[in-house]
Amino acid sequence: MNLLKSLTLASALGGAVAAFAADQPVVRIEPPTLQGPRELQPQTAKAVIQDYLESWKVLGGAFSQNQPDLLGHGFIGAAQDKLAATIKQQQLDGVHSLYRDKSHDVRILFYSPDGLSIELTDAVQYDVQLFDHDKAIGTEQVHATYIVVLTPTEVRWRVRIFQAQPESMAVPRI
Amino acid sequence: MKPRLAVLLMGLLLGLSADAQSGNLTVPASIEAGAPFSIQCAGSGKATLYIAGPGQFMKRDVRLGEVASFPAGSLGNAGRYTVFLSSPSLNETGSLAVLPADKPADLTFIAKPSRLPVALQGGITGAAYVFDSYGNLITKPQSVSFELSNPVSTTQTHVVETRNGAAWTQMDSSPHEGKVQFVARVGDVSSTRIVNLVPGDPCSLRMNAKSAGGKIQLQTDPVRDCSGNAVPDGTIVTFTESYNDTRSTVDVPLKRGVASIEMPAHRGATISVASGVVLGNQIRWEQ
Repeated sequence: MNLLKSLTLASALGGAVAAFAADQPVVRIEPPTLQGPRELQPQTAKAVIQDYLESWKVLGGAFSQNQPDLLGHGFIGAAQDKLAATIKQQQLDGVHSLYRDKSHDVRILFYSPDGLSIELTDAVQYDVQLFDHDKAIGTEQVHATYIVVLTPTEVRWRVRIFQAQPESMAVPRI
Repeated sequence: MKPRLAVLLMGLLLGLSADAQSGNLTVPASIEAGAPFSIQCAGSGKATLYIAGPGQFMKRDVRLGEVASFPAGSLGNAGRYTVFLSSPSLNETGSLAVLPADKPADLTFIAKPSRLPVALQGGITGAAYVFDSYGNLITKPQSVSFELSNPVSTTQTHVVETRNGAAWTQMDSSPHEGKVQFVARVGDVSSTRIVNLVPGDPCSLRMNAKSAGGKIQLQTDPVRDCSGNAVPDGTIVTFTESYNDTRSTVDVPLKRGVASIEMPAHRGATISVASGVVLGNQIRWEQ
């Protein structure tokens, strides 16, 4: 619930930085630059961003334990399939990886007219640490911009497209 | 130096951006999804190369001082990858971006609603996401053509440029009832949805009355919407007869486009007809 409170605060302040506890990522929420005719209600935006940030925790848990079944809580469709295939390959190679997101800068870009998808961009910083049979191979701090599409499911928004792109292709910040 | 030169030349031939070098590791900065690529690992001895990203993972034993070549199709999922080179004597990292291919190969197209009344302005919406052959969202702008057509109306066409892989449009439903094709097309890829246009509310309602023994035979003219389409059978038409202080109301479903009923004949009675919010004519029975 701390996450929800921080998000509420961030949206109330219109793009303020929400600082979390030490192990929580710093989240910045930019005002939406929406294309499309459908109005985005603040409650919807908040739910989408909350579920998206939660999906990073799902990803981190699934990769650290090499458990592709855990992905279903946050991912669906092609995103889930690709992430699951990655984890299965890591299992085969005796490798596991830790993904720790450190900061997010999220902006909602598109709410489809049918209400069935929301696209956002996230300039994210995360650490990836690789282990081969429990031997630490290395750690890399990654700065990447993700293009993410979420779709509503039974009780939450889940990530359907999850794709990093180089900074040169990132959506310009206003 | 020769292997490094070979990697650079291969990168240039493939039209890729320059390699990034980090110590013993030379990695192309970016490749197109599915394109062949090479990584040079300088030094001597054996090492293990890892290419790790959420979208894909590869591990390969390499010999330092040689070029590790990856054939076409090795890395198909667009994203940001970290390259780890590990041997007993060194640990190095690099990064590699895999970009979506430029050529569209798939289209996700959602049209809403699947059934709506005729002649509704902006009543149909379509949204499309464009993907390459590896299922990567193509974020470079693409022209998506949306076409709404049926055999008797002119085709509506909207050409929309994708932004961040997505395009959307709004179309008017045509004045003629029936099934229309809603097609989204990008390059030589298309996706078709069928939208069913149904008649709108009745536009005007008119009934006739004639004597039938001791009763009044009431029948509407064929009921049509404002575009001239026949309102579907089953639509309720309400006949109301007022006489002195009494009022009788009968709901009649349309059959073969008309509604008919017999009501008691009372001299001086007033009979009206309505369907939904549409009021028809009124008759005063004087016989």
